[in-house]
Amino acid sequence: MMTRVIVQNTRLLVYLSCLLGWLVVGGVGSPAIAGATESGSSISAGDTAWILTSSALVLAMTAPGLALFYGGMVRSKNVLGTMMHSFISLCVVSVVWVLWGYSLAFAPDIGGIIGSLEWFGLMGVGPEPTEGSTIPHFAFMVFQLMFAVITVALITGSFAERMKFSAFLLFAVLWATFIYSPLAHWVWGGGWLGELGALDFAGGTVVHISSGVSALACALVLGQRHGYGKEAMAPHNLPFTVIGACLLWFGWFGFNAGSALAANGIAASAFVTTNTATAAAALSWLVVEWVYRGKPTILGAASGAVAGLVAITPAAGFVGPLSSLWIGIGAGALCYAAVLWKNKFGYDDSLDVLGIHGIGGTWGAIATGLFASVGGGTGLFFGNPAQVGIQLVAVAATWVFALVGTFILLKVVDGIIGLRVQKDEEILGLDLSQHNERAYTLL
Amino acid sequence: MKLVEAIIKPFKLDEVKDALIELGVQGMTVTEVKGFGRQKGHKETYRGTEYQIDFVPKIKIEVAIPDNLEQRVLETIARAAKTGSIGDGKIFVSNLDSVIRIRTGETGEGAI
Repeated sequence: MMTRVIVQNTRLLVYLSCLLGWLVVGGVGSPAIAGATESGSSISAGDTAWILTSSALVLAMTAPGLALFYGGMVRSKNVLGTMMHSFISLCVVSVVWVLWGYSLAFAPDIGGIIGSLEWFGLMGVGPEPTEGSTIPHFAFMVFQLMFAVITVALITGSFAERMKFSAFLLFAVLWATFIYSPLAHWVWGGGWLGELGALDFAGGTVVHISSGVSALACALVLGQRHGYGKEAMAPHNLPFTVIGACLLWFGWFGFNAGSALAANGIAASAFVTTNTATAAAALSWLVVEWVYRGKPTILGAASGAVAGLVAITPAAGFVGPLSSLWIGIGAGALCYAAVLWKNKFGYDDSLDVLGIHGIGGTWGAIATGLFASVGGGTGLFFGNPAQVGIQLVAVAATWVFALVGTFILLKVVDGIIGLRVQKDEEILGLDLSQHNERAYTLL
Repeated sequence: MKLVEAIIKPFKLDEVKDALIELGVQGMTVTEVKGFGRQKGHKETYRGTEYQIDFVPKIKIEVAIPDNLEQRVLETIARAAKTGSIGDGKIFVSNLDSVIRIRTGETGEGAI
């Protein structure tokens, strides 16, 4: 046994050294760094400061925000494994993005479908701004990196408490590469949806529909947790979840207002609509559950707030404050209903990623087509009915691509290493079975 | 000597403790426990999903007392822990054969 462990570790070391060697050789003389010339005249100090700050804010959404939000909702035996999913998404996607993810999403377009590998390893990406931009290319790249990170981390809520850590690692790499990068390219990187005129201010389709729908695929492929529907699977630490929701709200100002890509009026407008929709959605969820179930809950308020953040994301820079109020109210009620429907259908989306991100994102994308009135967008209520149609195309394309794509990736990972932990490991909990650690100790 | 184990509602702990100290009880051990009696469990709702929680959080107080205090201790706990509603708890009394104070090696009632 001991020898086997050592042999495995040695093999791992060999792999790592090869990877390291390749990186050193491949990365020598990256022209981006070498060519760091001062073409600074078009760089705006204010815009750059805001986007760098926003990038850090969006990082805080994943870790610690989402790590706490999800970590509090699982049982105490799985809290470390669950927090690790968010934390390791940050690490894995950061590396993938710098190596090839950013290039696939944003490098010069190939047929409206995908970016080229021209910017592999950030070759050609540097401190100077791209054409028409007022911020360093690096700042844009790292801002987009944080979006890719949280999208992968969001999905992990659906397979919480039962996925193998090794399978999650491989899945994260594949999903960021084959689902996220193409989708980001379609909408923001010069791809076909952007060309079509789909409005997505900060990632309603790219981030939220894609993660929510992929979460459904995960729940369907992995199957229910052992004891689902029979045992109580109540959250073990709701204070964590509330703090996490607050950090998500806080970081989301970077996500949405930062998506103006400038420190300007649109950023301020997005900031206001984000806050308004979130507050309205939290109240809306709270009131609906109060009427329907008899008690208002903090988990409901926190969930409603996240639903509101999700729904306003595609619309943030395109709608006025009063429209954002309606978007929030709709999000809270709709997502609460979606979370209840889950019980009727029987799939085990552990932490309701589909119910909140998939449904909230879909509502937000459609609502953008209804309420858009500022920042270059015009929706149905302001005389442009065609926009709703375009939004529906974007929604449908994202649903189909994410659902089918994720399904295929999961089958691939299942074939290579298997997705689920053994039944006894699941009963023991992921913290001990996957990581040999325990969150809470007595004495 | 008697060993008294009282299972009470958690928010009643301070009242019971103060009343016992007033009686002259010198020490006690408190544990957070879970259990159910005729009250059974209760239901909790998270995101609209209802869970039956069988084991309800309670506090267990353990007190070792000389025989002459027994009646008053039991009455005091019963009075201080009572709310009148279901789930107020139980008091178990058993004989205590011996007690040793570890520091001095004293035994019997003097060690309580």
